[in-house]
Amino acid sequence: MTMDDNQFTFDKITSDLTHHIRINKGFLIWMGFLTVSLMVCLYAYSIQLRTGLGVAGIRDYVTWGMYLANFVFFVAASLIGMLISAVLGLIGMKWLTPITRIAETIAVAFAAVAGLVIVSDMGRPERLVYVFLYGRPQSPILWDVTVITTYLVLSLLLLFLPLIADMAIIHRKVDRLPSWLKPIYKVLSLNFTDNPQQNKIINRAIRTLLILLIPAALSIHTVTSWLFAVTSRAGWDSTVFGPYFVSGAFVAGSAAVIIAMFFFRKNYKLQNYLTDLHFNNMGKVLATVSLVYLYFNINEFLVPGYKLKRADAVHLHELFAGKDTLLFWVVQIGGLILPILFMLFHRFRKPLPIMLISVAVLIAAWFKRYIIVIPTQEHPFLPIQHVPQNFVHYSPTLIETMITIAPFILVLIIITLISKFFPVIPLHETAREKGIEHFKFD
Amino acid sequence: MDDNNTPHSPDESEDQKNSTRRNFLKNLGLAGVGVATGAAALYSGHIFEAKKEVSGDQKVLLTQDGKLVQVDSLEIKALEKTGEELLISQGREGIPGRRWVLVIDLSKCRNARKCISACQDAHQLRPEQYHVNVLQMKDAPGTAPYNMPKHCQHCDNPPCVSVCPVDATYKRPDGIVLIDNDRCIGCRFCMAACPYSARIFNWIEPKDAASHQGKDYNVELNVPQKLGTISKCLFSADRLREGKLPYCVEACPNGVYYFGDENEDAVTNGTTKETVRLSKLLRDNGGYQLMPELGTKPRVYYLPPKNRLFPFEEAGDATPEKA
Ligand code: SF4
Ligand code: SF4
Repeated sequence: MTMDDNQFTFDKITSDLTHHIRINKGFLIWMGFLTVSLMVCLYAYSIQLRTGLGVAGIRDYVTWGMYLANFVFFVAASLIGMLISAVLGLIGMKWLTPITRIAETIAVAFAAVAGLVIVSDMGRPERLVYVFLYGRPQSPILWDVTVITTYLVLSLLLLFLPLIADMAIIHRKVDRLPSWLKPIYKVLSLNFTDNPQQNKIINRAIRTLLILLIPAALSIHTVTSWLFAVTSRAGWDSTVFGPYFVSGAFVAGSAAVIIAMFFFRKNYKLQNYLTDLHFNNMGKVLATVSLVYLYFNINEFLVPGYKLKRADAVHLHELFAGKDTLLFWVVQIGGLILPILFMLFHRFRKPLPIMLISVAVLIAAWFKRYIIVIPTQEHPFLPIQHVPQNFVHYSPTLIETMITIAPFILVLIIITLISKFFPVIPLHETAREKGIEHFKFD
Repeated sequence: MDDNNTPHSPDESEDQKNSTRRNFLKNLGLAGVGVATGAAALYSGHIFEAKKEVSGDQKVLLTQDGKLVQVDSLEIKALEKTGEELLISQGREGIPGRRWVLVIDLSKCRNARKCISACQDAHQLRPEQYHVNVLQMKDAPGTAPYNMPKHCQHCDNPPCVSVCPVDATYKRPDGIVLIDNDRCIGCRFCMAACPYSARIFNWIEPKDAASHQGKDYNVELNVPQKLGTISKCLFSADRLREGKLPYCVEACPNGVYYFGDENEDAVTNGTTKETVRLSKLLRDNGGYQLMPELGTKPRVYYLPPKNRLFPFEEAGDATPEKA
């Protein structure tokens, strides 16, 4: 804490948490940059639309490539909303308040874009509606579509409900807003006047959502892991895939939240609200979920590695000492073991070091999905023979890479917009926690 | 409300009046419908009489519920589907009463690869696209190498069918697993789920796409192939419908393939045209299935590569050039 609690007056909090809501040059340049990059990537996608999936490096044996790894990553990152808001929130961890909206924003952005990522992997994207017209309930894809949609709706509501009170405050108390924004806030505030009745309804709704969010979030990543685990292929045929994926998702999501915290704190001058304490605590969360993930990694590799059944032996050899060995060990050591060791020390849980560690963890998390998806397909049960070299070994193409980057840009755009036009830190809740009970609404 | 002894409150009697009126209207309506129906019946009877300048040629037909009826031949109208619609519906139904099986005698396969080219010609495939591929196998360091033609196993418990989100790939009662490429969304979950790597995908525009454009899609042949959809071995379902053996079976010069019907317990060798008992063939030669431990229940049987009278030749590099 850099400031004593009683120094927070209502006006100060309001201005601190809303002063970034204005259109400035930095914002325009940043959005311009994102938009142009997105256009370039969409051009790449238009090529794929015209000429088919063949523009990517995927072929008959490695048939799921970066697009699918990307999809898994996006679903994973979206899970953090549930961990921060629901699990930790329901336990009653008060320090979380300024982080919840960041976590929810990340959850909404990644979950919304995950749906688009999977469309980029379809050979016939124009037939997407067939999934609803002819959907067969025994296909895990149907389960995935259902639970991801549910999770997205719940997350959106959970992002919106706490915003109602904030909107009410802003459109009444903040004068220097762009004029076109005010009516939007007024509509979004749904006539909230901070009376106890309204607060009760909202709080109850939020609590219900938080409880519903837990099974929904567990389902989205468990079902996504089943896309692999329901097959009999070595490396996918695993009974711990559900918890393995879920714990890995918490790692990726926590890292994403820490990175976002760091930049919001700096750019929106929130040092008094996102303090060293928050980084320290988030560092502990990241270390804890990484340890859980490490535990599942040991299960996932040690048990088949001990038995070395024929197909498993080939698969594990490629990872441990074969073609994929460099990537595998860099990801496992650099993205999991070293970060855990560092994070044991308080000094590495300060904002800058923990942000850097999180960047490493997040990049490793993406490549971990790559390692889970691709190598398994390079050695199926029967030998790959009489096909061109590019069928035997997967190597992503430039167009494919651009199409893989596009969703990240989209996520950045969504996060930027949400955080630009709404308080990054819940205003109403923060004020309450600082002891300001009722706002004088006229 | 039919208890007349109960005194009625004004409300109730009002109610009853209403309900009487309603009943009246209802009855009137019923009568109206009755009259209309009667009139319609008379009218259609009249029409029927009117066009009774008939052939006099009476046909005896079996109705769907098993009754024999007599109908004038001019009254018979074909209800049959035509064109693509027919191809799709018969392709979903399969050939009644059959359970198709393929038996592959590994002791005879010399890797002539004639099955492959016949198949690729029939199904509009490029050289690197296989419905059937011949693999060079070696099970263990000490065992002898052999050639193994590998088709879709037309599993009776097909993982590819279970995972397909839109029913584009399906199992027919006659045992064949087919693909409807008008339905396939190109998610490739089926490829991931198939343990035999039996499925291929049209990553780029299919071969000779231009010349196949506008043709009726035959789901039993999977031609025209379509960009962004799946293909695989179909047991030549189109040939079976014509009473012929599959393309690969017919094309093999070395007598490797037997094809037939499990219900009849008979399979025919594609080269010698000799028909033998399926059960005896499998029993006498130690027939087996590929990876039965996966529980997929294949419909393809292999006879072990024993007593080969020719040496195993390394396939050289038969790899086709990159398309
Ligand atoms: S071999 Fe593969 S494609 Fe053929 S039925 Fe079995 S699982 Fe499906
Ligand atoms: S690729 Fe086509 S056939 Fe295969 S699972 Fe997807 S929709 Fe079904």
